[in-house]
Amino acid sequence: MIVEVGHYALILALALSIIQGVLPLIGAQLGYDSWVAVARPVAIIQFGFVSISFAALTCAYVGSDFSVLNVAMNSHSAKPLLYKVSGVWGNHEGSLLLWVLILTLFAATVAVFGGNLPPDLRARVLSVQALIGAGFLLFMLLASNPFERLVPAPLEGQGLNPLLQDPGLAFHPPFLYLGYVGFSMAFSFAVAALIEGRVDAAWARWVRPWTLAAWCFLTLGIALGSWWAYYELGWGGFWFWDPVENASLMPWLAGTALLHTALVVEKRDALKSWTILLAILTFSLSLLGTFLVRSGVLTSVHAFATDPARGVFILMFLVLVVGGSLTLFAIRAPGLKSGGLFAPVSREGALILNNLLLTTACATVLLGTLYPLFLDALTGEKVSVGPPYFHATFVPLMAPAIVAAGIGPLLAWKRGDLVGALGRLRAALAVTVAVALATLVFAAEAPVLAVSGVALGTWLVAASLGDFVERIRLFRGPFGETRRRAKHLPRAAYGVTIAHAGAGIAVLGIVVSATWESERLQVVKVGDSVPVGGYEFTFRGIQDARGANYNAVRGIFDVTRGGDPVAVMTPETRVYDTPRQTTTEAAIRPTPTADLYAVIGDPNGAGGWATRLYHKPLVHWIWFGAILMAVGGFVSLSDRRHRVGAPRRRTARVGTRAGTSQAAKA
Amino acid sequence: MTRDLRRFLLSVAAACAVSLAVPSPGAAIGVDRPLPDPILEARARAIHKQLRCLVCQNQSIDDSNAGLARDLRVLVRERITLGDSDGEVLDFIAGRYGDWVLLKPPLDVRTLVLWLGPAALLLMGAGLAVTVLRRPRADPELASGPLTTEERARLETLLEHGENTS
Amino acid sequence: MRIGHTLPLGLFAIVAVALGVGLTLDPRLIPSALIGDPIPDFSLPPVDGRPDGLAAADLRTGEVAIVNVFASWCGPCRIEHPLLMEVARRGAVPVHGINYKDLPRNALAWLERYGDPYRRVGSDRTGRVSIDWGVYGVPETFVVDRRGRIAYKHVGPMMPEDMHQRILPLVRELQGG
Repeated sequence: MIVEVGHYALILALALSIIQGVLPLIGAQLGYDSWVAVARPVAIIQFGFVSISFAALTCAYVGSDFSVLNVAMNSHSAKPLLYKVSGVWGNHEGSLLLWVLILTLFAATVAVFGGNLPPDLRARVLSVQALIGAGFLLFMLLASNPFERLVPAPLEGQGLNPLLQDPGLAFHPPFLYLGYVGFSMAFSFAVAALIEGRVDAAWARWVRPWTLAAWCFLTLGIALGSWWAYYELGWGGFWFWDPVENASLMPWLAGTALLHTALVVEKRDALKSWTILLAILTFSLSLLGTFLVRSGVLTSVHAFATDPARGVFILMFLVLVVGGSLTLFAIRAPGLKSGGLFAPVSREGALILNNLLLTTACATVLLGTLYPLFLDALTGEKVSVGPPYFHATFVPLMAPAIVAAGIGPLLAWKRGDLVGALGRLRAALAVTVAVALATLVFAAEAPVLAVSGVALGTWLVAASLGDFVERIRLFRGPFGETRRRAKHLPRAAYGVTIAHAGAGIAVLGIVVSATWESERLQVVKVGDSVPVGGYEFTFRGIQDARGANYNAVRGIFDVTRGGDPVAVMTPETRVYDTPRQTTTEAAIRPTPTADLYAVIGDPNGAGGWATRLYHKPLVHWIWFGAILMAVGGFVSLSDRRHRVGAPRRRTARVGTRAGTSQAAKA
Repeated sequence: MTRDLRRFLLSVAAACAVSLAVPSPGAAIGVDRPLPDPILEARARAIHKQLRCLVCQNQSIDDSNAGLARDLRVLVRERITLGDSDGEVLDFIAGRYGDWVLLKPPLDVRTLVLWLGPAALLLMGAGLAVTVLRRPRADPELASGPLTTEERARLETLLEHGENTS
Repeated sequence: MRIGHTLPLGLFAIVAVALGVGLTLDPRLIPSALIGDPIPDFSLPPVDGRPDGLAAADLRTGEVAIVNVFASWCGPCRIEHPLLMEVARRGAVPVHGINYKDLPRNALAWLERYGDPYRRVGSDRTGRVSIDWGVYGVPETFVVDRRGRIAYKHVGPMMPEDMHQRILPLVRELQGG
């Protein structure tokens, strides 16, 4: 019964989304105020129906109702509750429902909090948002119904892939979707602006909080996913340049560019059509990711079960949404005139450089991801494009972006003073040079590239902090003065510092862990000791263990350093009951400077066990940096100038208060 | 990397399941025997990272549990010990499995766009940025509707500033 | 700049067409690099308890042949096995086997149970010879022409239409030429 309610609510939501997608749009065009007024209540009610639907599916999962095909295929009564709930979005149909839930949630948020948006703009935004939702709802009801019944109902479900039964991955999709779908707001605002033919500073101010929020969530989502890959796949890698990983990286890169360029529109009324285009492209790349994951056109280690019929539907939807919006762009964008003259060396100039590099990097990832497909479609030839390609192309593009990110925030709008900015950063420069030299001298085997990488990361951290210190005049004047300045510095400035420093920390983590990792692969017997990165791993034997729905073989290692005990590490190999599948659970022991990482493999039949032991310096900085980036974003979001709907068109005081134009970036 | 992962059942996991299913007659299980010479071993590892695992589809043979990946790792070490150069080892494997196994596709007619694309895009983008920077601005009043007095005042200072600098 | 503004649309059109074509392709299919090449030099011992092994010389006798890579632990091999039995019964073309990474007693028991269609079976315990053949999964099936070159390769279990519409017609064509 609950299941039917959920199904029915989904149908009602579709009907509402069509109403919301059509009436306000026409109303805004023809000036029917009553039609325009439809948008807000309908958006809220629609969110209500999708919530009911989502709750119904969750009920079916929690109650292990195997008469629902989706539940029977993806759940099991013996699964822990957390994974029963996360199982809702651990499959194609359920994840679509989550996607639509978030889409309507964003629309409802605009409806509730967008009180001071001009009614026509708000109506158009909600209409566009509803049309996207209609497409997904239609897709679900026609081709991917999560509420489909199974007769007769099996006694037991087939279970969730054990690799997915993991806290990191339970929360990975919701964050990722908050990011992907959040960019739909930027998209809807862009399309609404194109329909209106009007883009101004106020528009940019309305769009930026949504973009920023989406970007923060996407950053967290990607970080969670890569963290999961790091500890669950058992090879210690965290990024494999897999098509599905790239599918999440591309919107992130485009979204990062959008975040920065929207600032130029907001402050300087320039780069309008480019910003609109980026808003369209960012969401389009999110949709493309959906297509890649669900259609089976590319092989990936983590795509859903592939189904060409679904692929056709999503491709049609993609053509409609992306093709439609780009057509609108081609027609309306030439009419958008930008103001804002500026010199090449200026905040605007730095942001243009940022955009140039980020979008080229994004296009490179797109090219590399789709190239095998292009070539196969065109000539039937098969090639692979893997990590070596992305390392060779992506890294050189990001390096100058990192250099620029250190300087950019110090340049003034319109016309900056590069020498002056560098002068203010001389402490950061000194730190960078010192760290690079120290790396050369003290680190064993320091390749030039790695030293450059360390220098880049250090530079970004030092420059971000240096700028901040300079601004609050720390140690330069009386403490009271510093405190006053720190208090009056806008939150957005704090956000920039935190986010940029976070990016630098992540760069350091990536470079250092990749360069100075120690790895030992061997078969060990009880009592054997293996030295890894200054630590001594002694194998004490194995233990059998029973988990909630799996049996585990647990290896026990005593870890010592210079004879002093450091830790006992217990990596596991688990065999799950249903589906019967083996996973490796690495044991990870973070120290202040590195992760110790141990994996236990198969027995060799002669009392020995295959083991992989790693010492990974600074590897946890990668995720710490990513979290800092997201925190920086949220701090910036809390700036009162970014409060949803805070700015008002025309009365908006665009960057006139002293200091504000200096402050906000990302 | 997403909602995904159901496919794991069919790919990675299946591949690993296959490798488990192989009874591995008498062979050593699990861990490769690294080459005694650390320099040769480092070369072998670097080559492993450049070869795509055929069974798992999107991993290199360096990080795959599949049986075939292990066999290929052993083969690479063997070729290196026999004195093959890195290029010869890659050719040896690609000769049997095709260019598909090379994670770094060779530069030739087929991959010209792939390898030159990023640089070309960067140059095009830079060119576009330069033209945009140099282009004289149209009057923003045409597009943005009436300005507030405040915006008007700012506009004037901007224009003055622009004249002084250009 | 009007052309500039339509450029994104144009690029997207290209991507969309490629994606559309991509839907009709199977990315998991890896074509053999060895089609048209001579078979590798190899010599495999027989499966213990079975008479003949398989070597390159056995495939260079001027006779068209089918070479099937199989293993007792391979589930899909059982699907195609009746087809191989049928071809062997008709005797129009010799079927040879490469037993991939298998224990001899398991292989023998398997052939005992499901039938033995093979004229010669080479035992590839290490899988090394199979690598020379470009094998990446079991089952795989090759057609070798009169001059000892690899003419065709099928990956995965053969279905009746694969055998009757592609492989056997090709064999007849090669035998005729």
